[in-house]
Amino acid sequence: MAVDEISVGGLGARVKRVEDDRLIRGKGNFTDDFKLPGMLHMEILRSPHAHARIVSVDTTKAWAIPGVHLVLTGELMAQRNLAWMPTLSYDTQAVLAMDKVRFQGQEVAAVVADDPYIAKDACEAIEVTYEPLPAIVNPMQAVAADAPLIRDDKDGQTDNVCYRWEVGDKAMTDRAFERAARVVKLDCFYPRSHPSPIECCGTIADFNPATAKLTLYMTTQAPHIIRTAVALVAELPEHMIRVIAPDIGGGFGNKVPVYPGYVVATLASILVGRPVKWIEDKTGNLISTGFARDMYFRGELAIDHRGKIEGLRIAVDTDNGAFFSDAQPTKFKVGLLHSAFACYDIPYGHLTSQGHYTNKAPGGVAYRCSFRVTEAMFFQERLIAAAAQDIGIDPAEFRRINFVRDFPWRTTYGMLLDSGDYDKCLTLALKKLGYEELRREQAEARKQGRYIGIGISTMTEPLGAGNSREFDIIGIKMFDSAELRVHPSGKAVLKIGSKTQGQGHETTFAQIVTHELGIPSTDILVHHGDTDNTPFGMGTYASRSTPTAGAATSMASRKVRAKARKLAAHLLEVSEDDLEWELGRFYVRDAPQRGATIQDCALAAYTNMPDGLEPGLENHAYYDPPNMTWPFAAYLAAVEIDPETGVWEVLRFVAVDDCGVRINPMIVEGQIMGGLAEAYAMSNMQFITFDSTGNCIGANYMDFLLPTAWETPKWELHEVVTPCPHHPIGAKGVGECATVGGPAAFVNAVMDALAPLGVRNIDMPVFSGRVWEAITQQHDVAGYPPLPGH
Amino acid sequence: MYPSRFHYEAPSSIDEALQLLSVYQGEAKVLSGGMSLIPLMKLRFASPSAIIDVNNIPGLDDLFEDGGQLRIGALVRNRAIIRSDVVRARYPLMTSVAPQIADPLVRGRSTLVGSLCHCDPQGDWGAVMLALEGEVIAVSSSGERRIPVADFLLGPFQTSLRPDELAIEARVPAPSGQPFGVYHKLERKVGDFATVGVAVFLELSGRSIARAGIGLTGVGATNLKCVDAEQALIAGGLDDRTIDETAKLAAAAGNPQTDQRGSADYKRHLVHTFVVRALQAAMGREPIDIRQRRFENVASLV
Amino acid sequence: MEIKQIKVTVNGEPRVVEVEPRLLCVHMLREVLGLTGTHLGCDTTSCGACTVLLDGLPVKSCTLFGIQTDGHELTTVEGLGWPSELHPVQEGFREEHGLQCGFCTPGMMLTAAALLEDTPNPTDDDIRWAISGNLCRCTGYQNIINSVQWAARKMEAVHGR
Repeated sequence: MAVDEISVGGLGARVKRVEDDRLIRGKGNFTDDFKLPGMLHMEILRSPHAHARIVSVDTTKAWAIPGVHLVLTGELMAQRNLAWMPTLSYDTQAVLAMDKVRFQGQEVAAVVADDPYIAKDACEAIEVTYEPLPAIVNPMQAVAADAPLIRDDKDGQTDNVCYRWEVGDKAMTDRAFERAARVVKLDCFYPRSHPSPIECCGTIADFNPATAKLTLYMTTQAPHIIRTAVALVAELPEHMIRVIAPDIGGGFGNKVPVYPGYVVATLASILVGRPVKWIEDKTGNLISTGFARDMYFRGELAIDHRGKIEGLRIAVDTDNGAFFSDAQPTKFKVGLLHSAFACYDIPYGHLTSQGHYTNKAPGGVAYRCSFRVTEAMFFQERLIAAAAQDIGIDPAEFRRINFVRDFPWRTTYGMLLDSGDYDKCLTLALKKLGYEELRREQAEARKQGRYIGIGISTMTEPLGAGNSREFDIIGIKMFDSAELRVHPSGKAVLKIGSKTQGQGHETTFAQIVTHELGIPSTDILVHHGDTDNTPFGMGTYASRSTPTAGAATSMASRKVRAKARKLAAHLLEVSEDDLEWELGRFYVRDAPQRGATIQDCALAAYTNMPDGLEPGLENHAYYDPPNMTWPFAAYLAAVEIDPETGVWEVLRFVAVDDCGVRINPMIVEGQIMGGLAEAYAMSNMQFITFDSTGNCIGANYMDFLLPTAWETPKWELHEVVTPCPHHPIGAKGVGECATVGGPAAFVNAVMDALAPLGVRNIDMPVFSGRVWEAITQQHDVAGYPPLPGH
Repeated sequence: MYPSRFHYEAPSSIDEALQLLSVYQGEAKVLSGGMSLIPLMKLRFASPSAIIDVNNIPGLDDLFEDGGQLRIGALVRNRAIIRSDVVRARYPLMTSVAPQIADPLVRGRSTLVGSLCHCDPQGDWGAVMLALEGEVIAVSSSGERRIPVADFLLGPFQTSLRPDELAIEARVPAPSGQPFGVYHKLERKVGDFATVGVAVFLELSGRSIARAGIGLTGVGATNLKCVDAEQALIAGGLDDRTIDETAKLAAAAGNPQTDQRGSADYKRHLVHTFVVRALQAAMGREPIDIRQRRFENVASLV
Repeated sequence: MEIKQIKVTVNGEPRVVEVEPRLLCVHMLREVLGLTGTHLGCDTTSCGACTVLLDGLPVKSCTLFGIQTDGHELTTVEGLGWPSELHPVQEGFREEHGLQCGFCTPGMMLTAAALLEDTPNPTDDDIRWAISGNLCRCTGYQNIINSVQWAARKMEAVHGR
């Protein structure tokens, strides 16, 4: 008899999480929890200026403080060729500043001491003299005629542009616009935000002088990339570097890049011969580590008389900060921005993009963005909403007219969609919300001077980066991996190349093995995060784990099953062709009561092998995904605005997600709700901005606002399932969908409420003050830096 | 994240505390709740050479009505104010503001008196105590001083407390007639400082107003008392025309700055809006603030 | 450097600890006493990851000096529940998927446990209000509410409250 898949924890089972046992007891092992013998502590001194020449750095007083072991400066790093390091986007980034500081918060020096209190005292005692320079805080200033050159360290750099990128067919797009019955335009800004997991970044660098082995405990979502990068940058042999990513307190893309603090701590450990722990504080995290977004969008749609979109133009400017350090596939300078409008049938499109250096922290690709897909889908849905409003078509109907319906489908910018049922998702969402009823209520409310709004956001996004033809990061292809070994007793160990930061891989990946082999998920232990003990993987971000490492897990399990079949044939004394498989068991086709369980096969692998078959029952797989996966979502928000204060409340939020087959529905729902909370945060309160001298506003939790349980809305979740045709278990991934699609739902709802006033755009965060301004002045409200009046 | 070094003193009596204050000659900071002081010390915006922790001094945590006043000891936590029956019954403005300060965890430690002594222009208690015409009781080796709050709050983080004085209590006159009070605070999330805060207190007898107090947060160098608006209200009584005039005067009283919380115009407008809403509620009209009802259900919890 | 000796009861056990006055309570717990279940998430007393119970009341241990706990009782996540048995709040978080990365969880659970002592039958809004000093980045809060409700029902069933 086959085992029942749900009761053994296979696909679709709401298996309780394995991770919880230790985490609810406070027995998690986060990077800051480790204490190594002889460990010292490092603190970083940061620049107070956004742009300034460094005239002098005097560390005499710092060295004199009892308990200080080492003071590091740019000069000391330079002696070992480590003052600068390569970035994941083929630029260079300062590790410790030497000539200039280029953003407020940039790393200038570091102190290693007996404890962090002393290290901080010593940092305060370092005397740095600066000569401030004018600061650039947005791309317009970056390309102005009198703009100072930020990257004067780079040979041949004569301006503040860091990349140009373009895709699509300009000529055909221009013709589509010439023919169009109607052209709709929208300019808007996606503000700088930050993934801001609660746990900050950090590392314990432990160079053992006796063995010459370097062990790095690190908050990293991609331990293997770190190992290879450290080997290259520090010129250490890769087999003598071990990266251990233990429990991670949230990543959201913040913990992918290689940060200067990691490099400094590593050198410090080599110099002092003792472990050096560096854990940044929240200010350091918010002001200097991988931020997200900060993109300026100009979009146009060419629409025919029936409301069908015939052409699409997108021009974006990105603000990349002081160094071009985006963690994204090499070929794509602005990530997968060209996935914008993928769910709509638009024959012709052209997209241009330009990146800019500014006096702000480096980055841009982060925060559950699937490589800038957050920006793509936000702008998409804002432009769709503006178009529907301008033309006077119901926004749901406008989407229906333009949805892709046939699969496979080549998108406007050349990506390949393989599955989906967009209409079904939108229809379900509208029904659950009670759309028609709510529109009537809205009309009544308007007569009473109340402002109710309904916002729609629909999108399909590419996950699972990615196929080796197109995707690499610093040249390494973006496959992923799994290694499965079954013990004599039938229990198993799975090692994977991905690294969870709360997504529950220790639970869900075991469920994949259960699905393939019928071994109960509680009999499977999942290892990840330790580069000495796991196969090479590109890590967990961009919702790629289930599409890649999950697929590898499935393939590795199938290889194990293929060998188990041989063992079963041997045990049952039949040929392999006489056998059938049902979950957990091979049986003789003509005599089904005769069978061998997977556990029988496992034991046989060590005790009763057929001649010529190697003992053991294990295998591995490296999975190069054939294509991206394409989940779809329809999000609906209903809001009410208090016109006197501009405050808006969420009345309801309905989410319909199609992420293909759901491995563990409980975990999928958790990912969606978490993503929606972040979407709400960005739309309502959360951003980083700058004043005109480059002071960062948003470098602590009093200015960078995360919503509490009190503000966060309730979520109503529903599902549609269209399996992915090329993924071994039909899953698509879901970790970032809600963050990608959510913000536009909220903003579109507010704009819908204000539509009768002729207001078309308020930049995020849609603060109450901006809403009030839009209502009283009846104009759009922009939100890019510098902060007005400062 | 890591404060500078300091000497730590934990006196067990007021006299001991006063002696220590004179020993340290203004270089010491008093620690009660610590919810404003310790964060400043962690960021090294404050590095006092000594901390005088008064949390072990008995008798400073009493909250009671006595002789025509509510007496709030220096160690009375916001949580105690929220849960106090006498405050809820007779000091509705205090019951309204207390749950809106910081967050529940901070309210378990933070104190009213400490907030007044810290004198942050975005502190909420200052506006309330101005509206209620409260006073601070300060003691030193030369005796006791009763300082009206209007004379206590001088400027950003500056009070009229002398270096050798310890604030041991705040007092609020007990209401005669029907007290009405509400604190409207626009915060972007729980724990945010006020974009703007408006405290309105009325002592009513029928439709006429015996006493009126209007205090503002976040629109000046310190909390402001809107004397002109208060006088207009008392003179005019509770009707729509007076409400409008009062709101205009209150909005003009402040000098808000444009910042990441909003423009100066917006903040002035909010003052106007909140004064109008408070006074309409005093007239018995239903609140239209869509957040108000939900908040009222939990306001007495923590 | 000034070192003082204090006596503090931690998770029911009397401890004698030597502290510098400026040592924050959270660092005393994590570094001196080795109780790393209490976490640090910010530097502005905003996130609540450091929440512990001081004489039964939830406080942010990052905004308290260790020396201030002299003569008092501290409860950390390691002291929630009993050696043989999880606290209903811990069980609830597992049953209702109230945690993902687990970093905010110890603080969140202690605040919830204190709430349930005081308010055995909270509404969803009561819970949201009570935990509004504890930030979570992963869950979107809804399952945390469900977890606390699960615990409330279990405690009522067990203790008949």
